Amino acid sequence: MGRVLVYAETRHGELRAVAREAVTAGRDLAEELGGGVDAFLLGPPGTADRVAELGQYGAERVFVAEDPAFEAYAADAALRMCEDLLGRDAYSAVVFPASAQGKDLAPRAAARLDRGLATEVVALGADGDGPIATRPMYAGKAMARVSFAELPALISVRPNVFRPRERPAAGAVERVVVASEPARQRVTGIETGDRVALDVTEANIVVSGGRGMKDPENWSMLEDLVDALGDDATLGASRAVVDAGWRPHAEQVGQTGKVVSPSLYFAIGISGAIQHLAGMRTAKTIVAINRDAEAPIFSVADFGVVGDLFEVVPALAAEIRRVSAEV
Amino acid sequence: MKSIVCIKRVPDTEARIRVARDGAGIDPAGVKYVMNPYDEFALEEAIRLKEAAGEGSVTVLSVGSGETSEILRTALAMGADEAVLLSSTESTDGLGIARALADEIRGREFDLVLCGKQAVDDDDMAVPSMLGELLGLPCVTVVVALAIDGRRAVAHREIEGGHEVVEFDLPAVVGAQKGLNEPRYPSLKGIMAAKKKPLEVKEVRLAEPKLRIASLEEPPGRAEGEIIGEGTEAVPELVRRLRERALI
Ligand SMILES: Cc1cc2nc3c(=O)[nH]c(=O)nc-3n(C[C@H](O)[C@H](O)[C@H](O)COP(=O)(O)OP(=O)(O)OC[C@H]3O[C@@H](n4cnc5c(N)ncnc54)[C@H](O)[C@@H]3O)c2cc1C
Ligand SMILES: Nc1ncnc2c1ncn2[C@@H]1O[C@H](COP(=O)(O)O)[C@@H](O)[C@H]1O
Repeated sequence: MGRVLVYAETRHGELRAVAREAVTAGRDLAEELGGGVDAFLLGPPGTADRVAELGQYGAERVFVAEDPAFEAYAADAALRMCEDLLGRDAYSAVVFPASAQGKDLAPRAAARLDRGLATEVVALGADGDGPIATRPMYAGKAMARVSFAELPALISVRPNVFRPRERPAAGAVERVVVASEPARQRVTGIETGDRVALDVTEANIVVSGGRGMKDPENWSMLEDLVDALGDDATLGASRAVVDAGWRPHAEQVGQTGKVVSPSLYFAIGISGAIQHLAGMRTAKTIVAINRDAEAPIFSVADFGVVGDLFEVVPALAAEIRRVSAEV
Repeated sequence: MKSIVCIKRVPDTEARIRVARDGAGIDPAGVKYVMNPYDEFALEEAIRLKEAAGEGSVTVLSVGSGETSEILRTALAMGADEAVLLSSTESTDGLGIARALADEIRGREFDLVLCGKQAVDDDDMAVPSMLGELLGLPCVTVVVALAIDGRRAVAHREIEGGHEVVEFDLPAVVGAQKGLNEPRYPSLKGIMAAKKKPLEVKEVRLAEPKLRIASLEEPPGRAEGEIIGEGTEAVPELVRRLRERALI
């Protein structure tokens, strides 16, 4: 006992960042439970050659199922594979990333296995031989510590919280065959926008704009700031600007949008309504730029600048470029 | 089109949440309860599918305490035909709720089960996938577009950086995301009509939770922030602070 199994997410046969995070979280938990960690994943032919790096993060074995149908998320096959592996070895927990795939898959596994599921977990520990998980509820207005009536415990970990840390293990790749039955639902395509932006939940830096931006055209200014901040940065938005049709819903941060935990969050022309705070208050550092010194956003911001965003934002992008050029 | 829509009664998103003294749940005093916002998209879609087909029915189901009748009435006022309250005061987890819903749904005839993508109290995003599994049906979650042609359906599912296009057959379970449609408000006529529509209350036993809440706490407040200055003059100091924290 004490072993942990981790779902390592792929897309088009490439590991996604959340896979490294989930393996890191799984390994830390396995250490507390006195066992090791294994990973499992699905992808098209050729995937097995690209996933041994999970060993760097502590995976002892990496189980891989290959099939052309696994180019995209294959819920039924992933579920069967998970079930097969749980039958081979005694695992105390199964860890999934709380990503679009993991949040769809983990509850299927919970129902199939008749086990408890803790979603969007932000901290993990152990009590005796069982995991204890901390997860936000009520959009982060309360934090619950949860335990599991029976093992294996099913857990999904919030992206960007468990940062990948290297701790090399064998990472032995082992191919497994998943019995093919007709899938109940099939992903026939993935549509991405023109600009394949980093998702707000996965970005290390989020630059969000609100109604104070005045006009959708002004977003070129925020794009420029994102550009100055580098590849880890992406755009976010308040609901006011999503509802106005200025920005796509995929960018909305908040209770009815996405919950983000980046290292750095910029709230620009955003007042800081309770539903917006619910989506970003766990960011490690928050910067607010607003001309109203009384705006509630300043109560959660680590660093606030009171002023006209149309002056501050371009100056900020310029200053970041200037200091970045120095090093 | 016969649809079953699962709706949950949850605290309004504006509500200030206080943890009850026993630490086992929240203090309901002063909290306004509403239909889970995502369930409105599920219900709206079911009503539209029935309207477009020109025939069928919309049944709303909820597992909850007696007070849940209020939101079931709201659903009837929006256009649902009948409501069933699976009444219980026991507490369970997402799987327990999904089991109670699945037990009720199994005995019914339907083309589609619609849920919200997530309930804004437990924030689980689990019940729709669990229902799909318990009923042995196709299930697509976080759906922003749905097209049905006979027994075939195509859904767009929101993923990081785009959409997945997913094909499946009916009957199926779908979890509705914002963007699927624009939910209607109940009309006065609808509110009047709702009073005469059937609302059945069934007592149910809920399964013991497999996930136990050991404690519930209010999150630590963020350290008091600091306004570092005004206008462009504050920019160099801001950048210095961010570099100090190795953020840029
Ligand atoms: C059920 C429900 C769910 C919700 N979910 C969400 C959610 O998920 N996410 C979300 O964001 N909201 C959500 N909301 C909406 C929320 O209540 C607020 O209405 C919304 O967040 C406000 O957006 P905003 O801050 O962009 O706009 P406003 O509140 O209008 O704020 C604009 C800010 O810009 C500042 N400003 C204006 N001009 C300038 C300038 N030139 N320079 C600097 N600053 C300037 C103003 O001082 C002001 O503070 C939800 C509401 C409900 C009822
Ligand atoms: N008690 C309940 N009664 C009816 N439907 C529910 C209940 N709990 C959850 N659901 C449905 O499942 C969806 C997802 O909820 P959750 O998995 O709790 O986040 C909700 O939007 C509802 O459609």
